[in-house]
Amino acid sequence: MKVTTMREAVAEAIRDGDTIAIEGFTHLICFAAGHEIVRQRKRDLTLCRLTPDVIYDQMVAAGVAKRLIFSWLGNPGVGSLHAIRRQIETGQPRPLEIEEYSHFGMVCRYVAAAANLPFFPIKSYYDSDMPSVNRHIVQIQSPYGDDIVYAVPPLHLDVAIIHAQRADAEGNAQIWGIVGCQSEAAFAARRVIIVCEELVDEATIRADPNRTVIPGLIVNAVVVEPKACHPSYAQGYYNRDNRFYQDWDGISRDPPRLDAWLKEWVLDLDCHADYVEKLGGARWAKLQPSAAWSGRVNYGEYS
Amino acid sequence: MHWSAPEMMIVAGARQLVGGRVCFVGIGFPNVAANLAKRIHNPGLELVYESGVFGAIPARAPLSIGDPVLVTRATAITSMFELFAYYLQGGRIDVGFLGAAQIDRLGNINTTVIGHYDRPKVRLPGSGGACDIAVNARQILVIMKQSRRSFVELVDFCTSPGPARMSATIRAQVQAKGRHMVVVTDLGAYRLDSETDELVLASLNPGVSLDDVRAQAGWPIRVAGNLNVTAPPTTEELRVLREELDLQRVYAR
Repeated sequence: MKVTTMREAVAEAIRDGDTIAIEGFTHLICFAAGHEIVRQRKRDLTLCRLTPDVIYDQMVAAGVAKRLIFSWLGNPGVGSLHAIRRQIETGQPRPLEIEEYSHFGMVCRYVAAAANLPFFPIKSYYDSDMPSVNRHIVQIQSPYGDDIVYAVPPLHLDVAIIHAQRADAEGNAQIWGIVGCQSEAAFAARRVIIVCEELVDEATIRADPNRTVIPGLIVNAVVVEPKACHPSYAQGYYNRDNRFYQDWDGISRDPPRLDAWLKEWVLDLDCHADYVEKLGGARWAKLQPSAAWSGRVNYGEYS
Repeated sequence: MHWSAPEMMIVAGARQLVGGRVCFVGIGFPNVAANLAKRIHNPGLELVYESGVFGAIPARAPLSIGDPVLVTRATAITSMFELFAYYLQGGRIDVGFLGAAQIDRLGNINTTVIGHYDRPKVRLPGSGGACDIAVNARQILVIMKQSRRSFVELVDFCTSPGPARMSATIRAQVQAKGRHMVVVTDLGAYRLDSETDELVLASLNPGVSLDDVRAQAGWPIRVAGNLNVTAPPTTEELRVLREELDLQRVYAR
């Protein structure tokens, strides 16, 4: 039985020192998983994400990380991730190792790991300073001609935590809207936790197989956790809470205020359901989109 | 009608997209300017976002490049791998539209760090898709506020190489075969000169003097032979910008 609670899934899958990714590009970022990792006081994690986003700013501030692997380190549409910036600029309250790529480079690191390749070649980085600060970005020549490309190494994850709109009890997960690199990160991982808005039966998945992004084959645990992405969003379920991203700027600039926020909204809460309730119905109502249903397609019956 | 210098910059950036077909849209000013272009100057413009959106028709101004409003009624949603590998590296992008914290005389862009990389004075977001876009789009359009700190002789860190920095051998292997680069600022517009490989002033915004421009640049700016004055924003450009795209006046200031 893969269906479990967030507490058990995190306790079971993540060990101190692990390399993990809570992926999702703006969309489907599982904040609830990050908060549970903080509550369980995991240590020395290497956190991977294209865009560390507010979730990793919170996790770094809470002291769970020793290293960050990323490609764009900002608060989207707002400015900086101040907790992470402080650690990089001043080493306070503790140093943070960083390793950075471009978006395409990060995506291809997941692809290389997912496809069991020793590296992935891309056309980027030429004459930029990025290879000079990251020895893993290596220039190579094509074996078939004169082309020069850059190699990036596989990014093997111990754990990938991937949010999806719906999944069945085996972890077959369906996503619509921005898919980012959810599939690539999941296949790059030894252990996969699927978190979903809704648990559906197998027949629902099988009625629309083109929408399945991650197969249960590679999934270890399924957590049913509605509204787990706030302040990120789930297309068709709730909007991105842009006000929170703006508010985070002020919170994260001020270390005592940040610590108070973590205590009030993470450490003092038992689980994500408490967070959802604490946020309040009025806030959730504002984030509710009206409906825009897709059309239907005919897969055909071939008996 | 009065307008602010950043509004003039956004309008001038939007006008650069007349005639372009496929635009890879960066975060911040490029996002608002590309949507202005789509709504006024070039309804057929395909807006591409690194989140994996092709052919967006956002019903309201997108607040980030992963905004759900970009998804609903888009032509296609792709994985990020497909977007970067097939659409961008595959050579389907006409214009890469970027912001920048720092740009230098040769069009190199820095969005990584002010100061030394290991001891940063200011840590900036880094590349995101910018380096990939700068290398692989056919033309680069940059939009940024100009000051002595942002317009420098040499960038502190080259995140995204200007076309001139890449060798001819490399340029022949990627899409940036030409050297087309336009930089639009709150003071004027620049293009990369094919002879000297440096940014030259091509247009002054209304009310801005050559002295103003030179006072806000870290190298002696050269002027193109046919220096223009940018046409001021039209009533329609300002209306769409203020009433549809920048309601909170976040970008206008």
